[in-house]
Amino acid sequence: MSDSITFISRAAPYGENNSKLCMDIALAAAVFEQKINYVFLDDGVYQLLSNQSPEAIASKPVGAALEAFDLYGIENVYVDKNSLSSRNLTQQELVIKAKVADSDLIAELIQNSKSVINL
Amino acid sequence: MKFSIVIYGAPYSSEAASSAYRFARAVIEQGHGIYRLFFMGDGVLNASRLSVSPQDEVNLQHSWDKLIREHKLDSVVCVSSALKRGIVDATESERYELDGVSAFESSDIAGLGQLVDASVVSDRVVSFG
Repeated sequence: MSDSITFISRAAPYGENNSKLCMDIALAAAVFEQKINYVFLDDGVYQLLSNQSPEAIASKPVGAALEAFDLYGIENVYVDKNSLSSRNLTQQELVIKAKVADSDLIAELIQNSKSVINL
Repeated sequence: MKFSIVIYGAPYSSEAASSAYRFARAVIEQGHGIYRLFFMGDGVLNASRLSVSPQDEVNLQHSWDKLIREHKLDSVVCVSSALKRGIVDATESERYELDGVSAFESSDIAGLGQLVDASVVSDRVVSFG
């Protein structure tokens, strides 16, 4: 078992704040120099869509925060293949470069992690 | 085994916080250790000392406080979640010039570093909510 922490972000970006909580924990973990995997699963893939205008509901766009992943050294970012295809989304529509992962790979990430934060 | 428990759920709105409480008790009863409780998001409301429940109902906030004190558990409330929801201890109340203290003294108000530390040190991190 490695010492990495895997984050599974599975909530849509607005309407509830799980996506923000998940991201906040990951950024904090990055500051403490943990090895991080970040996986977008289920409705979590909607966080990755470009051209969002949440100003209308007094929220901040998630995309800007996602771009901070690079600055924080979070490089292992994955998006679940089935979650994309079942929502008729393609990798081209996403705001950051995330590796498309199948469920076997995600299972492997979970298996090899010290802990998993699932939000 | 060393557990940390993360609570995202508000008391009463869902079963999450209550399940977390019962899980924490089970962990202790089974002879395992709790490294840390971490309350985040709506979960911070579990640390409110200002709640009143009807006599024939469980007061989850008081139950948490009792459990934490009885077993001298390390309990942390996420500071950014807490401030937004009006959960403040004496220090934060003074810092922001508020007129009261709403958090139980049994929990500390601190940052996400405490959750990262718990993830690193614990054998298992179990989340509710």
